[in-house]
Amino acid sequence: MTTSTSVEKTSVVRSGRRFMSGDIACAEGALAVGCRFFAGYPITPATEIAEHMARRLPELGGVYIQMEDEIGSMAAVIGASYAGVKSMTATSGPGFSLMMENIGLAAMTETPCVIVNVMRGGPSTGQPTMPGQQDVMQARWGSHGDYEIIALAPSSVQEMFDLTVDAFNLAETYRVPVFVLADEIVGHMWERVNIPQADSINIMSRKKPTLPPNKFAPFKPDADLVPPMAVFGEGYHFHATGLTHDERGYPRTDSAEAQTQLVQRLCDKIRRNKEKIIRVEKTMLEDAEVAVVAYGIAARAGLSAVRKARAKGIKAGLLRPVTLWPFPEEHVAHMSRRAKGIVVAEMNYGQMVREVERAAKETPVIFLPKLGEEPHKPDEILEAIEEVRK
Amino acid sequence: MTEELPHPYEKFLRKDRIPHIWCEGCGNGIILNCFARALEELNIDVDKVVVVSGIGCIGRVSGYTNTDSFHTTHGRPIAFATGVKLANPKLKVVVISGDGDLFAIGGNHFIHAARRNLDIQVICANNFIYGMTGGQYGPTTPLETWTTTTPYGNIEQAFNLVHLAAACGSVYVARWTTLHTRWLTESIKKALQKEGFSFIEAISQCPELFGRYNKMETGIKMMQWFKEASEVQHFSDPAKAEIKPNRIVVGEFVDIEKPSYERLLKEMKAKAAEKK
Repeated sequence: MTTSTSVEKTSVVRSGRRFMSGDIACAEGALAVGCRFFAGYPITPATEIAEHMARRLPELGGVYIQMEDEIGSMAAVIGASYAGVKSMTATSGPGFSLMMENIGLAAMTETPCVIVNVMRGGPSTGQPTMPGQQDVMQARWGSHGDYEIIALAPSSVQEMFDLTVDAFNLAETYRVPVFVLADEIVGHMWERVNIPQADSINIMSRKKPTLPPNKFAPFKPDADLVPPMAVFGEGYHFHATGLTHDERGYPRTDSAEAQTQLVQRLCDKIRRNKEKIIRVEKTMLEDAEVAVVAYGIAARAGLSAVRKARAKGIKAGLLRPVTLWPFPEEHVAHMSRRAKGIVVAEMNYGQMVREVERAAKETPVIFLPKLGEEPHKPDEILEAIEEVRK
Repeated sequence: MTEELPHPYEKFLRKDRIPHIWCEGCGNGIILNCFARALEELNIDVDKVVVVSGIGCIGRVSGYTNTDSFHTTHGRPIAFATGVKLANPKLKVVVISGDGDLFAIGGNHFIHAARRNLDIQVICANNFIYGMTGGQYGPTTPLETWTTTTPYGNIEQAFNLVHLAAACGSVYVARWTTLHTRWLTESIKKALQKEGFSFIEAISQCPELFGRYNKMETGIKMMQWFKEASEVQHFSDPAKAEIKPNRIVVGEFVDIEKPSYERLLKEMKAKAAEKK
């Protein structure tokens, strides 16, 4: 993996302590890691990302385009990525639904790209200005067919910056669409952010072909199952399609072998690398009898509840998946061997809890749903912790 | 002994993808041939050409052209092309797709790319039906014709594509049939050299499906219809160019100058960089 040469590493984003909103931190993180193309459609509560990119991208020689809808936005993002530019979009539930068609195309054509979903309450138009974590399963399974994606869940404004950087690096490394699953609170909240020095930001770029055009097969993977990526205009004359294809990129619509090989590889390039991809944050978990599992904004209440429980002498701990997909099931399984019970708090009516239950096996799981209004209060989670301990 | 002659445009084709999937008598090959001829005659650097298509019979064209190419989801080639062109304005981005792809499911992308005056070329193979799925009616199916989903005759009004393209702001609009190969090639050449959004409607025969249901069951019969019905009229009013059984107005409809989106974007970027 090489460091991008097209990105000026100095002065793109002013380093040091800054005060900003999560949406703006996300946009700045994207710029810092070399994103130079944004296609989107205004939607609450992600609009501020678009507004900030509309101002900042032209200054840096990049492109902001407001498309006619989210279907077109996602298509344009894929096009720009194939033209060699790091690309992204940002949306919320209704737009996320429209993007699903071309998210499937991005998975199928192994397009590095980042999709930020600042989640609000659904279904349908739902509650545009209220927080939610209701698109977690949609992020994993929203487009038809079998494929894998990566999803990250920031729980602070700092992480809106950091995880957007990570999202681009993962997208470029694995040639896969990567989601930043934020929520309305993290997006709109203002906090202090520490912007690292430009040269301390890790910047990954897609592998380039090493073979000449007449020997190059655009979908022939290396040992890591990821194919090097040619871009348009370099003389490779390559073809890419949403149809099932072989290593040359040519359609193979009647071959069970081609379908098996391709779909398995699209999944396995993530599954086999999941130990490298997955990140979790563990707090006071080593001796925990009660484990709280929470992500995004809900994890902050979870942490507060765990501290309160410890003050009361209860051995509680927090497991915060930073990577939602691939799901860190080994971490949950390991923790559940010691724990008497698990408390899952998420801002929906039961999504990630299903994954936790699956990994926890016999260990009982208490689920704390939350719909609309404010996130969980630490005391609500504390009560559940006490309940488990009884 | 017969001598094997190379195809005159074989350098523009992926030979390992031939034979193509199109039916006997289909017009798509003629359109591809005109496109290849236009590239040859203009002596364009094919390394900088990207062919983008959607879903449908003509959608397979991107797999046959020996350029960089992308076969998108249904209806999205123009939106995809928007990203390609803006990310690298040095590329020549050509969308070749069908009437159903571009004007039913993809209609919104067409009207907005034309409105923006994005510097891309769109060639629409209009065969009046959805061919790949077996001949259902679509947005260009003429009134009172027969298809697999209009068993009592089509009661929907058809789009007049050249009128639509002109109204949306295209800088170049032309319509030809697959019978008018020289004109069609010239129009593609003109479009490739113009700055801004250009649109060419290439009326194409589908004898297998549209033809068979409408008493023109061979390619020849359909082309006879094109010959008898077409009238060459340059710069006539596109609003009055609806396709009728006895009258298909062909020719150039629009050829104007207007700054492209890319030009305005470049100017805006310069201003933004200065301000910074």
